[in-house]
Amino acid sequence: MFAKSIRKDHYGYYFIAPFFLIFLMFGLYPILYSLYLSFTNWDGITSPEFVGLGNYIAVLQDPLFYKTLFNTLFIWGVSVVPQLTVSLVLAFILNDKLLKGRDIFRAVYFFPNIVTAASLGLLVSLIFDWQSGGLNHFLVQVGLIDDPINWKDDPWFMRLIVSSILFFQYFGYSMVIYLAGLQGIDPSLQEAAQIDGAEKKHIFFHIIVPMLRPIILFQIITSIIGGIQIFDQPFTLTNGSGGPDRAAMTSIMYLYNVAFQSTRFGYGAAVAFCLFVIIILLSAVSFMMTKRKSSS
Amino acid sequence: MQSAKMADQPIAVQKQTNMKSMTIGKILVYFILVSLAIICIIPFYLMLIYSTHNNATIASTFTFLPGQFLVDNYLNMASKINIWKGFANSFFIAGTSTVLSLYIGALTAYGFAKYKFKGRTGLFLFLLATMMVPGQLALIGMYRLFSTLGLLDSYLAIILPAAANAFNVFFIKQFIEGSIPDEIIESARVDSAGEFRTFNQIVLPILGPAIAALGIFTFIGSWNNFLTPLVLLFSLDKYPLPVLVALVQGYYGMDYGLLYLGVAISIVPIIIVFSIFSKQIIGSVALGAVKG
Repeated sequence: MFAKSIRKDHYGYYFIAPFFLIFLMFGLYPILYSLYLSFTNWDGITSPEFVGLGNYIAVLQDPLFYKTLFNTLFIWGVSVVPQLTVSLVLAFILNDKLLKGRDIFRAVYFFPNIVTAASLGLLVSLIFDWQSGGLNHFLVQVGLIDDPINWKDDPWFMRLIVSSILFFQYFGYSMVIYLAGLQGIDPSLQEAAQIDGAEKKHIFFHIIVPMLRPIILFQIITSIIGGIQIFDQPFTLTNGSGGPDRAAMTSIMYLYNVAFQSTRFGYGAAVAFCLFVIIILLSAVSFMMTKRKSSS
Repeated sequence: MQSAKMADQPIAVQKQTNMKSMTIGKILVYFILVSLAIICIIPFYLMLIYSTHNNATIASTFTFLPGQFLVDNYLNMASKINIWKGFANSFFIAGTSTVLSLYIGALTAYGFAKYKFKGRTGLFLFLLATMMVPGQLALIGMYRLFSTLGLLDSYLAIILPAAANAFNVFFIKQFIEGSIPDEIIESARVDSAGEFRTFNQIVLPILGPAIAALGIFTFIGSWNNFLTPLVLLFSLDKYPLPVLVALVQGYYGMDYGLLYLGVAISIVPIIIVFSIFSKQIIGSVALGAVKG
């Protein structure tokens, strides 16, 4: 009888109930509702009108959807490759106990990550301004250029700026995650390799990188999910316009424009679910690629 | 090879090899590290400097030194937008959603960690899977839901969805499993304490440090939230700081001193908080990632 009274396992349900109630109401239900709305036309005022697959067919034929998808993937790709490699090398360097000022470097590199992305986008926009921006004044003053350059008029340059902001914001974050992973690697492995005469770069490529493979996969997949969602920085950088020729308009900015500016909510929801499918596909591809590499 | 060699050698020789290894390679490494650190700081330095200059200076010259127009810029800004109201809004939204999501997160994590109820594993895996789903997927449905509930343009629309934070549950559960032995809970039961009393008075205080570390991180995440308030709030006096700062650009695009100051006011508190808590912030990111 005592044993029975000490069993309180059903209390678990009470403990997890608030979370699941809130999640079902304000997490899952809106997602399912978005899914439903993606099969309707809804202007935000009148009631939604069912249109079947109409929105999806329209999205798949929409050149602007592909353009913003290209912008997003380009911006993401150009920032994520240097971000994940530079941060890995930095983590390797800053994991060295003999290095002076390790903690300061870590903190300084991590700092841009916690700065409000929207503020950072606006700040970069101000610095790159044609007439008033600090960068042009600096370059003119140093004599590198004669006249101010209209940076924000060039579509490719705008995409590269967004990539740079993302790199700037996230390389410190990836570095911290790699560092945490490095802490999990037995130091005697590295020491043994050192005693056997291995050079730093061999240790890096033949011990560190293979051991960190799960962390690298984690970083790639989270960066895909985050990358498709890029919004704040290009939005404030271009004051919501997407820049010249909408070159820096990302997929989520497009979703925002379609749904909340043009009030075509059903179409916006279809865009959201197309993006979700793309995220899943990309994550699956990167998962399989890292799997194949580790088995070969 | 170096370390093995050094161990057999007298100290003087060791010093020499140390000196040698301090050569080009090391100087290059430090050079790169310092340059990167400077790149990280410069935009924020420029921001502070430019917020102290007037439009004429900003538009015409490059300057690296502070000017005298900080007060003028501030008065100019204060006459146009109420940035402190944005501050207060951000504090309120981030504060309440952090407290709420941490408490509910701790409750849930404790439930999963210490009770062996039916369907536990399945529910927990479901919870983990939700972390993979991008938030934008829910945005339009949320807009419709809150419009039906009459909660558009209210703080509840921002706070409620943030209250169920799967990452926080996951993080706290790891901590509970590592630091709270079953014996503590059992002895509380023997002393006939209720289950929720045990949680509130015994478990929660033990979780304190972990929740504090996670709290900073949750708070920053909520503070930086931009898209959800942009979509779900409409009144200028309800906007949190990031949205307010972004909108100022549209309204006063040519007022550079004001813009720089606005950005500065939105970032300086983060600089201050980060310089106090940088170790904890970095630590909580690292902890969450590796366990993941």
